Amino acid sequence: MNPEIVRQVLAVQRLEFRKRFLGKRAIPVYLLALIPLALFGGRALVMFLFPSTNDFSLAQDRVAYAVIYRTLILRFVVFFGCVAIFVPLFRGDILDRSMHYYFLAPIKRTTLTLAKYFSGLLAALFLFNAVTLATWCFLYLAGGPGVLLDQLGSLHGLSELASYLLVTSLACIGYGAVFLAAGVLLKNPIVPAVAILGWESINALLPAVLKKISVIHYLESLLPVSIPQTSSIQILADPASPWVAIPGILALAIVLVTIAMRRVKRLEILYGVE
Amino acid sequence: MIVFDNVSKFYGEVLGVNRVTLQIGPGITSLVGPNGSGKTTLMNLVTGLLRPTRGRLSVLGIEPDRPELLMKKVGYCTQYDAFPPGLTGYEFVLSTLRLHGLTDADARTKAQAAIAKVGLQEAAGRRVAGYSKGMRQRIRLAQAIAHEPEVVVLDEPLNGLDPMARAETIALFEQLAKEGKYVLLSSHILHEVDLLSDRVVLVHHGYVVAEGEIPGVREEIHERPAQILLRCDRPSLVASRIFELDSAVEIKIHEDHKGLLIHTRDAEKFYLLVNRLVMEHELELEAVSPADEDVQAVYRYLIESDGGQPS
Repeated sequence: MNPEIVRQVLAVQRLEFRKRFLGKRAIPVYLLALIPLALFGGRALVMFLFPSTNDFSLAQDRVAYAVIYRTLILRFVVFFGCVAIFVPLFRGDILDRSMHYYFLAPIKRTTLTLAKYFSGLLAALFLFNAVTLATWCFLYLAGGPGVLLDQLGSLHGLSELASYLLVTSLACIGYGAVFLAAGVLLKNPIVPAVAILGWESINALLPAVLKKISVIHYLESLLPVSIPQTSSIQILADPASPWVAIPGILALAIVLVTIAMRRVKRLEILYGVE
Repeated sequence: MIVFDNVSKFYGEVLGVNRVTLQIGPGITSLVGPNGSGKTTLMNLVTGLLRPTRGRLSVLGIEPDRPELLMKKVGYCTQYDAFPPGLTGYEFVLSTLRLHGLTDADARTKAQAAIAKVGLQEAAGRRVAGYSKGMRQRIRLAQAIAHEPEVVVLDEPLNGLDPMARAETIALFEQLAKEGKYVLLSSHILHEVDLLSDRVVLVHHGYVVAEGEIPGVREEIHERPAQILLRCDRPSLVASRIFELDSAVEIKIHEDHKGLLIHTRDAEKFYLLVNRLVMEHELELEAVSPADEDVQAVYRYLIESDGGQPS
């Protein structure tokens, strides 16, 4: 690859890193990430401080974690975290009227779009995988340091952790691409974000065919712990195999990022009407 | 050359600029016009921030939809008063140069040089958010020239500058022009445009109403009355003879009865008449000078009269 382009991409990463991790825009993302950390960290701390209340059960807590991971971490924290990270990549720069600095650099708009997407992706992967790792550790730490060390030392435990990290990573890739495209294509991406959230939330109630038109269906197919059916109106669909789920999410991301690149190529600076 | 070939830009149904055909060469070219006349639209078209609705334009042979080529040769100091958050002046210029793909060492050297050119070394380590308006203007200027572009586009670059900074900035533009660069600027400070420009482009309601060197633009407007100031010992005699010319429009005699302000449609005829009066009547002249051979007068005429209507 041309070293000049590599330096340009790194320059975009530097600027975006500042915004994603150090700017005011990062505060909502940190607050989101704190929710599961506080929940699992708090539980582990209470059980450590008050051993008499310790009701840790390896089997039950694993299922409980799977439920909370699915509903809180995946559907709420990662979902809204990706909204907060990826929508402002272009929309935020347009709204604060600093987008033109990128457009006045000798960098292809397609390269710029990719560079911005990867900067958001790196931030999301780092943050939400850290949350996943920390909450998983807190889960077993609640049973005592020995339980955690057992899990970390066993193939089963490590495989479970790797599966959660994989699902978190794929969620960042998939939702990241969805919200990058939304931020580029739409002036107000909050409406589609809510619509997508609604669609993803009712996924369990959708017919098997419609389930497959969602990111969450493929992500949940990769979860390492199966969750017992809790609702009578829940419609079951065969989980997608990893050979379908992983390439499917990656293909969706490629399509959406390509659409975003094409739009950015034609984007004009019209701050007055944004 | 910067070439506009029948370029139009519409924002929906709102006209930005219409049917602009221009060729801009090296040196200082000023776009002059009131707010909303289309100056910024023209500059945004040149730098690829906007795409023409119709027509074609190229900058040094490059079409503006190729930013990877164009922006190596073009620097743009916009009017947008926003900066990436949290950066110092030095970091702002440095980050721009990094976006150009320069090595870190080159970027640091060029950032320092550009900041020195705009006289902002002492404030370079402070955050841009704490800068005054004039300092923000100068740091944007440094960012525009830092990569040593051949074409420098400057939207109202003298806004907010104190007199000293303004003089230094004008000297910088003149230096860039001497180096053979293309300096395209817009300004409302017309007397400064007049002094520093090699040529002007007068824009009104999205149309280019005149362009060229300032005296040339003035001559293009044949029907426009010229104002000439004349100081002499017998202004009444001059006044009576001027009215014999069918080109005289208006004459005002000064209160001290030692001068005249003449509006005429044919300045050449008037000057010949004055010569005759001097020879035939031994008229004693103190001064004869055009009173409106500047951008302000030409511009006022063009936009306040029918002269501003596009053909």
